[in-house]
Amino acid sequence: MDRFVFLTFDGLSKGAVLAAFALALVLIWRAARIVNFAQGAMAVAAAYAGYSVTTATGSYWLGFGAALVGGLLIGMLVERAVMRFVDHSSPLSEVIVALGLVLVMQAVLGMIYGNEFLPAGTPFSRTALSVGDVPLLSRYDLFVFGAVLLVLLGLALLFTRTSVGLRMRASAFAPEVSRLLGVNVGGMLTLGWALASAVGALAAMLVIPTELGLHPHAMDLVFVSAFTAAVVGGLDSPPGAVVGGLAVGLILSYVSGYLGSDVTPMAVLVLLLAVLLVRPGGLFSSTVARQA
Amino acid sequence: MSETVTPARETGTNEAAVPRRAPGLPGLLNRSTLLRHLVLAVLAGVVLFLLTQQLDPFRNFQLATVAAYLCATAGLTLLVGMNGQLSLGHGALMAVGAYTVALTQNALADRGITGNQVLPLSLALGVLVTMAAGAVIGLAAARLRGPYLAGVTLAVAVAVPAATVTFDEVFNSEQGLSVAVEPPPLSLGLYFPNERWQAWVALTGALLTMLLLANLVRSRVGRNLRAVRDDEVAARLAGIHVGRTQVLAFVVSAASAGLGGGLLALLAQSVSPGAFSLTLSLFLLMAVVIGGLGSLSGAVWGAILLVALPDLTHDSAQLVSLPPAVAQRLEGNLPLAVFGLTLIVVMIAAPGGVQGLLRRIGARARRRAPAR
Repeated sequence: MDRFVFLTFDGLSKGAVLAAFALALVLIWRAARIVNFAQGAMAVAAAYAGYSVTTATGSYWLGFGAALVGGLLIGMLVERAVMRFVDHSSPLSEVIVALGLVLVMQAVLGMIYGNEFLPAGTPFSRTALSVGDVPLLSRYDLFVFGAVLLVLLGLALLFTRTSVGLRMRASAFAPEVSRLLGVNVGGMLTLGWALASAVGALAAMLVIPTELGLHPHAMDLVFVSAFTAAVVGGLDSPPGAVVGGLAVGLILSYVSGYLGSDVTPMAVLVLLLAVLLVRPGGLFSSTVARQA
Repeated sequence: MSETVTPARETGTNEAAVPRRAPGLPGLLNRSTLLRHLVLAVLAGVVLFLLTQQLDPFRNFQLATVAAYLCATAGLTLLVGMNGQLSLGHGALMAVGAYTVALTQNALADRGITGNQVLPLSLALGVLVTMAAGAVIGLAAARLRGPYLAGVTLAVAVAVPAATVTFDEVFNSEQGLSVAVEPPPLSLGLYFPNERWQAWVALTGALLTMLLLANLVRSRVGRNLRAVRDDEVAARLAGIHVGRTQVLAFVVSAASAGLGGGLLALLAQSVSPGAFSLTLSLFLLMAVVIGGLGSLSGAVWGAILLVALPDLTHDSAQLVSLPPAVAQRLEGNLPLAVFGLTLIVVMIAAPGGVQGLLRRIGARARRRAPAR
């Protein structure tokens, strides 16, 4: 029972990170109808930037900030320099270009930092605090929950309460009309990518210290899990991404706790297949007309 | 080898449009696709046979590797280019073929079974098992579109190497297995170079794959594949079973990938999960895109690139003298960066890939030349 409780809390903490990462995917999907397969590599690049700043200054928080700013910049750069020029007539081309980005970024990171795991520090202790005799949550888990919650609230406020958020939603839903009404649609798209990339960078900063450490491929499995989470939630729905993230985090935590951690990738595959075959639109989808 | 193995031209002459000629060899070749492809394959076989006699062992080994990759890229271009299904999991399918061949070879060697029938048997088994795996993924894939399918196949690419760790008593975890491969048959002579034998085996597999796929592409099945890619609704109205066609494409494509993986296992005489990582899957996709999506000759270019580009970047890195630490970091990563960059540039600037460029150059040259 203790183990179950521990795994539950561990899963929720993992799930919070997956939720943030899935949210980053959903943001870009809503803005541009692209599943950003380069999200993981972009987030790792930002995390490496944070690592560099932390080792140079000795301060975790400066590095943390640098990673988030780096995420913003990388997102902007990717949209302005690459994605803007991709032919949108076939969904294949965007995926393929994103995979090209993955190869380039992972290779460049490998060239600069080497292909070995670098230790990533945490600002708070990771030993679990016990209530009674049961170890529940570490301070770091609390930090993770707080950071993810803050981002969720911030994004919700941005999209529902501010004029920038309104313009972003307008340019995603009806680009032509928005352009006629004076909205800078291209700029909104860039902003969407930048925001999503920053959220992805945050997720990478939160998850990497709990895994083996910093590595060009550190987010590969996280990306697949987060994609699963986004699909569970329906790709189109931010609340769906959060619920999906928590659910996937819990399931993966139980699987790795009871069956062994190397079963996790297979569990992700089974979960993804199950969701797509049973409910392809995700658990939170509304019925839409089929396009083909 | 590329000049000779170009049986499938998408814009090839339409048989029906060719005026009926007097019976003779050219007329017969124009009318019978199978015969034309057979002649091309035999010609390619002869040229490659002569080539393997001339090349030194290292180049022969590279040629064999190109042939092994060609099986996989040809299958992948059939799936992605002609059927519009994106698979990021072909590296994993190659792993299925490779592990099957490795286990079969070792099991046969343990029982003391040797002889000429071992190699075809284990390769055929590798193809069959991979086909089964492809059918399972294909059944799911037929219900999925675009990014969803890409996500599932990506999960396959990540899960299969992990499976070798989970079932480590069979697959021996990260270390992988060594493959028992017999030396070249004694009838070829005592000092026959092993690399040339490997090249023969791999090239036979590749030519066979190309021949079968080229015929498939020009048949009704091939037209169905393209019809489903271009417009599912129209294809369904024309009486094509869309789901069945998609599963078929996946199975055929998986079979080719399985053969390619099996051949790679024989060449390297070992299999390990690291050799079939996600990066391999991305490489294969990159190869068919750069080579030219949807044309089998593009798959040839792609397979050559997969072997040549790491070699070229390695050589060019040798030209500049670098401190060993930097050189070591560049070693594995430079080809990746070049591949990725080429992939992006090709997708944005030249979606037809190498084959598309060649075709355009050829068309321009033909226009310039005075019509006779």
